[in-house]
Amino acid sequence: MTSTNTESRTPTVSPLRLYGSHVRAILVETMRVPIAVIGAMAFPAMSLLFFVVPNRVVADDPVFATQAVISLSVFAVLASSLFNLGLSIAESREKPWDPYLRSLPLSSTVRIGAQLTATSVISLAAIIPVVVLGALTTAATVSALGFVLGFITLALTSIPFLLIAVCVGYAFASKAAIAIIQVVMFGFAFAGGLFLPPQLFPDWLDAISRFIPARHARDLVISAAEVTTPEAWAVFGALAWTVVAGALAVWLYRRDEGRRYR
Amino acid sequence: MNTSSAATALAHVDHVSRRFGPQLALDDVSLDIHSGEILGMLGPNGAGKSTLLSLLQGRRRPSSGTVALFGGDPTNARYRAQLGSTPQETALPDTLRVGEVVDLVAAHFAERVPTAELADEFGFADLLRRQCGALSGGQKRRLAVALAFVGRPSLVLLDEPTTGLDVDARHGLWAAIRRHRAAGTTVVVTSHYLEEIEALAERVVVIDHGRVIVDDTLEAVRSRVSSSIVTLTTTDADRVQQLPGIVMSQLGEAGGRLELAVSDSDEFVRSLVNSGLTFGGLTVRGSSLEETFLALTDRSTDTSTDTRSDAHPGIHSEGVRS
Repeated sequence: MTSTNTESRTPTVSPLRLYGSHVRAILVETMRVPIAVIGAMAFPAMSLLFFVVPNRVVADDPVFATQAVISLSVFAVLASSLFNLGLSIAESREKPWDPYLRSLPLSSTVRIGAQLTATSVISLAAIIPVVVLGALTTAATVSALGFVLGFITLALTSIPFLLIAVCVGYAFASKAAIAIIQVVMFGFAFAGGLFLPPQLFPDWLDAISRFIPARHARDLVISAAEVTTPEAWAVFGALAWTVVAGALAVWLYRRDEGRRYR
Repeated sequence: MNTSSAATALAHVDHVSRRFGPQLALDDVSLDIHSGEILGMLGPNGAGKSTLLSLLQGRRRPSSGTVALFGGDPTNARYRAQLGSTPQETALPDTLRVGEVVDLVAAHFAERVPTAELADEFGFADLLRRQCGALSGGQKRRLAVALAFVGRPSLVLLDEPTTGLDVDARHGLWAAIRRHRAAGTTVVVTSHYLEEIEALAERVVVIDHGRVIVDDTLEAVRSRVSSSIVTLTTTDADRVQQLPGIVMSQLGEAGGRLELAVSDSDEFVRSLVNSGLTFGGLTVRGSSLEETFLALTDRSTDTSTDTRSDAHPGIHSEGVRS
């Protein structure tokens, strides 16, 4: 064996390569039990088929239909982020594999980054049925530039959802996390105007809605898809959620020492 | 950092205590792990061994005191670059294949043992395509121990490496651990099996109730409490047990054999003969580490008798504390 035992040997592991290994491992694990991904893909598509397509006032209007498809795409990303990331973090903290990974030379940035990326890949899969069905069965329409801008904006505005999911996953045990994720998901979806457009909201609800990250995401993606200037409050709100949830996520990860039983 | 002490101590635990709520899992523990040794860590369940390892792995922080690994704080991933450890066998992700798990763990290290070589050495070459969920307990255990070595680490922490293995597999694993030790790897091994510590370790640390009660060479630990076990039959057991130099005594059922752990067997036999008491069937043998260990933990648990049954080695599985 040529292994020498020198303490001065400097670690030369590329964080990017390690990040790639973790993304791949998480995706392989997820794909071998694909029901979670199928669920994430089915629910938003079904919402579109049952609530938007039969309502021809919305479905036949290019502006309303486009907004509805975007709202449900945001919902798909929100649900995928919270369930795939939040719940899987909460569950993995209760299994001994996670503490083992923490004993490896693996920084929290690489680990959380890989979890975020793998979830984003699943979220991408989740919006495909909504977008395809929306294009085929409604009057929703978007320019090529609007599609690209909207897609990029959707990816960016999913970051606060992912970070909130990390917070829930590290703050709660899995059974509590399921309940909290459902409350957060439906609360954000309704108050954020993903199921009912904010134009129908009373003033007080619209005022609250402007503090909800789902509303920021919805409005920002719509204005990107329409290639119009976004509202400043939505940009500021999305950034604020990103910063706060990001700081909280890092703090919770560092504080976490796995599940403790007393 | 300070290279002189880093040259001798890979890990340095300095007056460390760790609490879990009201429970004190480690109580002012100080310990150095030196380069090139195999350190055996013994102690009953809940004694604090796993907690101590989790501090060295940077998975937990001490409540007070400091832990240094390769001269730095082990909660910083940078200082774990030369550390290898075993996951619990139940930890392996069920859906990943054996080869995928080996490659994932290896990706964390600058140097690695090729998968095929590692699989040959630890005897799972035919299982690389299998999902971890399909492995038997013994196969999982061998994979878990192999993972500790895949990154060619300088320091390896093995928590109960051979629990649940049959005799052949256990001896195979010991041989592998000795080979890595010969190649310069420092090994810390915890065990319920005193036989395992006797077979592997050069230095023995006994932990009980969160404290290091013994830290010495294997030989010194053996001779420390009772150098010999004397057995005999006698009709006068009470008076034999009064003789000086007896560390521990145990009387067999229905006037059977009396077993005595004594500090100096020559001195004891002399006083036994001089006492004029009747006895027969005298045998004298060196004590095993197991007997030493029981005597040591008995002494330290004199106030809390309920832990006595837990102190019995090799029967109980590790309690949930992770």
